[in-house]
Amino acid sequence: MDIKVNVREARGDSSVVDLAGEIDVYTSPKLKDAISNLIDRGVYNLVINLEKVRYIDSTGLGVLIGGLKRVREHGGSVNLVCTNPQIKKIFDITGLVMIFGIFDSEDAALRALV
Amino acid sequence: MNAPSRNTAVDVVELRIPAKAEWVSIARLAVSAVASRMQFSIEEIEDVKLAVAEALVHAIGRGGDRADLVCESLPDGLRIRVQNFGSPVPEAVNMAIVDEAAAGPLGVFLIRALMDSVDYDPRPGGNADLVMFKRLPA
Repeated sequence: MDIKVNVREARGDSSVVDLAGEIDVYTSPKLKDAISNLIDRGVYNLVINLEKVRYIDSTGLGVLIGGLKRVREHGGSVNLVCTNPQIKKIFDITGLVMIFGIFDSEDAALRALV
Repeated sequence: MNAPSRNTAVDVVELRIPAKAEWVSIARLAVSAVASRMQFSIEEIEDVKLAVAEALVHAIGRGGDRADLVCESLPDGLRIRVQNFGSPVPEAVNMAIVDEAAAGPLGVFLIRALMDSVDYDPRPGGNADLVMFKRLPA
């Protein structure tokens, strides 16, 4: 079990983080590193694409929340792309749908960045 | 809080993993196979997988060298016991985590939301097992 992380530059000062695989207690440090590297480079507007993510647990959620907190300190934001009902359910249960912008497409998530 | 089912166990599957993050996915696969065999729906299997993973993360966080998983296939559902062998925590603290899930760790909150019941079962020596139950659809 592993996670693949790919970072792409998007319009303006935004970046897209494509994730594939499973985000759990073992793989989430890789995601944390990728997000931290972007923020350290001054990228504060992120779209994280979860379309190819099959599984996420609370440690993965924690990494996303941590990233969101950091970018908000710089006036940025994190939007998610997610259509997988099982993944969306986790965000619903935890109330994180109220914190993250969750969109059906990358275009919509990029357009909604502040 | 609903008590876990007390029906006689039909089949028991046990798994012992090292208390290391890289082994949690193996436990997820195992419990997924058990739940699938019991005719849970795909969505329910995903619920059980996540709940077990969260319980194991919690157990590993306590330290120790291993975590044990016991799955009991009962006529009315799946009972899962997760045993940690790390630092004992006072029972009052364990119960506070379960009873005040909204204020507790996100993982425990998820377990409460995804399973039909969750409880701590104290063991001699100060540790406690996390016992959870997922009911089969009528």
